[in-house]
Formats: sequence, structure tokens, C-alpha cells
Amino acid sequence: MPIALLLPATLGLLFLILPLAGLVIRAPWSTLPQRLTEPGVLTALRLSLQCATLATLLCLVLGVPLAWLLARVQFTGRRFVRALVTVPLVLPPVVGGVALLLVFGRNGLVGSWLDDTFGFTLPFTTTGVVVAEAFVAMPFLIIAVEGALRGADTRYEEAAATLGAGRWTTFTHVTLPLVAPGIAAGAVLCWARALGEFGATITFAGNYPGTTQTMPLAVYLALENDLDAAIVLSLILLVVSVAILAALRDRWIGST
Amino acid sequence: MRSRWIRTTLAGLMAVAVVGLSGCGNDSTDTPSPPSAGGSSAAVTGNVTVFAAASLTESFTEIGKDFEAANPGTKVIFNFAGSSALATQINQGAPADVFASAAPKNMATVTDAGNGTGTATTFVKNQLVIAVAKGNPKGIKGLSDLTKPGLKVALCAEQVPCGAAAKKAIDAAKVKITPVTLEQDVKGALSKVKLGEVDASLVYRTDAKAATADVDAVEFPESAQAINDYPIIVLKKAPNAAGAQAFVDYVLSDKATSLLTEAGFQAP
Repeated sequence: MPIALLLPATLGLLFLILPLAGLVIRAPWSTLPQRLTEPGVLTALRLSLQCATLATLLCLVLGVPLAWLLARVQFTGRRFVRALVTVPLVLPPVVGGVALLLVFGRNGLVGSWLDDTFGFTLPFTTTGVVVAEAFVAMPFLIIAVEGALRGADTRYEEAAATLGAGRWTTFTHVTLPLVAPGIAAGAVLCWARALGEFGATITFAGNYPGTTQTMPLAVYLALENDLDAAIVLSLILLVVSVAILAALRDRWIGST
Repeated sequence: MRSRWIRTTLAGLMAVAVVGLSGCGNDSTDTPSPPSAGGSSAAVTGNVTVFAAASLTESFTEIGKDFEAANPGTKVIFNFAGSSALATQINQGAPADVFASAAPKNMATVTDAGNGTGTATTFVKNQLVIAVAKGNPKGIKGLSDLTKPGLKVALCAEQVPCGAAAKKAIDAAKVKITPVTLEQDVKGALSKVKLGEVDASLVYRTDAKAATADVDAVEFPESAQAINDYPIIVLKKAPNAAGAQAFVDYVLSDKATSLLTEAGFQAP
């Protein structure tokens, strides 16, 4: 193995795992059990997992067709649309939250209509958390799925078409199975990003225990006066998410 | 060819590292020059690094400029953030000269860790008001109006100073307010009113005053039960101790105090 690769690879790995080691070393292990059973912790954890999962489902429903559109359909301005899709990636999440408020807020373009027509507002609701997380996480899914679609061999789709399959049948029976690993990878990225979401969530959905206070928000507030609690919360979020991802990886992609 | 490229890159990285390190070390070698004859009582030079609470952003920026004008050769560098974040940074060894906190609790975090010199001095006080939309469309007159059903209220989380103060004031008023959100800082609570997402929030008078274009401030008597002291201190590991002391003295001067009271703070 060339040293020119090994050295930066090792440095890169250290750079990624050292902060994690810092958390583990600094964790207040003696008081860990009683901190774990504090009711607020489980509430925030459950809310985090629920919202991230719902956001991922929303991203799948909207993002996979959008990725297909970008990968398979020629239309003018496609490059521009592709660039637009990545906007939530570059936008600081807090700015994303403000932007969401301007559209879906009580006085927002869509939000005021929702409020007038249905008496329903998104900010400060659990649905609002899902919306904020989906906004920030969707590009991860779209980019992964689009990449998989563009890499997939279109001859399978063409073959299906020549055998009489309609576009919808081709999509569901040929295209989707073909890019399933890409969709799975994208969904995992999307879920992980949604789980860690902080800025857009606190800006758009606010922070209230049981309704909108996800783990990252709880960690941030714990940091204000209790570093140990913040470390414990971070570790819980980390362990749970890594465990879930590892389990899913085995099931979906097969252990490698 | 490749090895030369690597060597060049490494050299570049080293250069960056050296520059970075010397940049960090600069402050510590910046000893104040001896007082020049005929100068003001304590002529100081060099950089003065001030860690100050976010609510001091506007007024301290002004005070910093005045201080630089009064002490040629000095430069005030500010780091504005939440007091608790600043306290953590200082205790973790950030090279700061002065700490101005929005609450005694965060000051205690620093002094208890032995990172202050002497005792902290309270230089201003701040009080809560109810921030409402311009023109007060909901007709809010006091804390008890915030219990009305259908009215959306934002408070700061209890962990941050404005939230702790809000809790004290609400307890004193013996009302029960159910907020829709517990914001992570006072600016967050204020922006929810600015954007019209909530009808009212409890913020500092100074924050409401800085946003008079968008919000009105409703004073309420119970805020007297939750007055926030702002302490300031010279830090023990101050790279520029003389500059730090001069800045603290300047903040406590009549000129700075009048600037602070104009911004909505109260003199201690």
C-alpha cells in the first residue's frame, strides 16, 4: 500500500474519530444510568427518531421521482434545476429555517393560506420539525439516487419497453430494483442528516419538550449549564443512530 | 516530480502552521508599552480581546470604537456570543483579556474555575419587557394577558439568562403561561415576534429597543423581580492585562455608562 495514500487515510480517520473519542473519554460514566432514565431524554430521543424517519419517508416519496426526472428526462433548464436542488446543502440551516418561515410561517406565502383555510400552522408543531428536516435532508437522497440512476444501464429499461412494459411498469419493475442500493444509501444519508438537524428545526419549528425538542436541540440547551448532560445526550444519539444504521446495513445491503 | 509536489505542499502546510501558531502567540508577546509621559493616566497599546454577551453587541461595538480613539495604538477585538458559551471558551483556554457576562451565573463559572482577577464588577442591569408586534394589535398590557387562549407566546429556555429571568417574573406575577417555544437565546425569541410567528415574547428592554422598527415594548411591573446584573472582569490569563484593565475602567466610566443607558440598560 502506497504511503502517499496510507498516511492521509490514517490522518483522515483520526480526524473523524478523535472528537468521538473525546466524547467517550469525557462522559460521566458513573452517573450515566440515572441520566439515561430521565424522562426528558427518552421523549427527545423518541421524537428525534420519529421525525427523522417521517422526514426520510417524505423525501423518498418526493425525492425519488425528482431524481428520476433529473436523470432520465431531457428538458431545458435541467442543469439549473439540478443546481437548485442542492441549495439546502449550501444554505446555512438557520437561513433555511427563516426561509421556511417566510413561506410556511403564519404570515408566509403558503402558511397564511393554510391558516385561513384550515386553521392550521406548521411552526411549533411536530409536523414542522418533519418539514424542516426534510428540507435540509432531501438533497442527500436526490443526489445519491440521481447518481445511481445515471450509472444504471438504461438497456434494461429499453428492453422492458420493447417487451411492452409501459413507463410506469418499467419504472416500478425495472428501474427501482436496479437502483435500490442507491436509494438505500441515499435514504440512510438522508435519515442521518435529518437526525442531526438543528438550525432549521429550532428556527422553523421552535423548541418545546415533547412537541419539537429533538435530541440536537436538547443537547444544545443542556450545553448551556450542564456539559455532562450534553455529552450523555450526544452519546445516546450517536450510539442509537449507529446501531440502527448498522442493523439496516446488514439487512439491506448484506453484511460485507 | 511527485515527491517535489509533496515537498512543496508540506512546506506550504508548515508555513501555514507556523504563521497560525505565531498568530496565536502574538497576543501573549504583546506586552503593553510603558506609559508615555504626558499620556492619559495609563497609556496602553496592543490588542484587547473582549468576550462579551450577545446582548452587548451594539453598545460594546460603540464603546470599543470610543476606547480605541481615546487610546491610540489599541485595537479592541470582540467575540460576541451567549454568555455560557463564552464562559466555556474561556475555561477551555481561549486567549481573552476581558469577560463581560449577561448573568452572574456565567461569570461565576469563570471565577470559580480561577480564571478571573479580583471580583467582577456589575456595570449595568437589564430588565425584561413584553415584545409585541408593532402597534400592539392584540392589546397586550401585562403578563396576565399572555395567558389568553389562542395567543402564541415565545419564551427563552430556562437554561439561558433571559429564560431564567422570564421564569422569575412569571412566578412573581403568579400566572401560568404556556409558550409554544422555548428559544435558545433572546434574539431567537425576538425574531419570532418580528416574523409574526408569535404574538408576544419576553425579551430584554435593550433588545426590544434595538428593534423598535419591528416591535413595540410593553413594560410590566413584575420585571422588577427579575433584573439581570451584567458583571465584567479582567481575566487571569489576559495576554494584555494593562489593556484589559483600561477597557474595564472605560466601560465603568460615565461616558460609557451614558451610552449603555441610552441603549436601554440601567446603571447599576
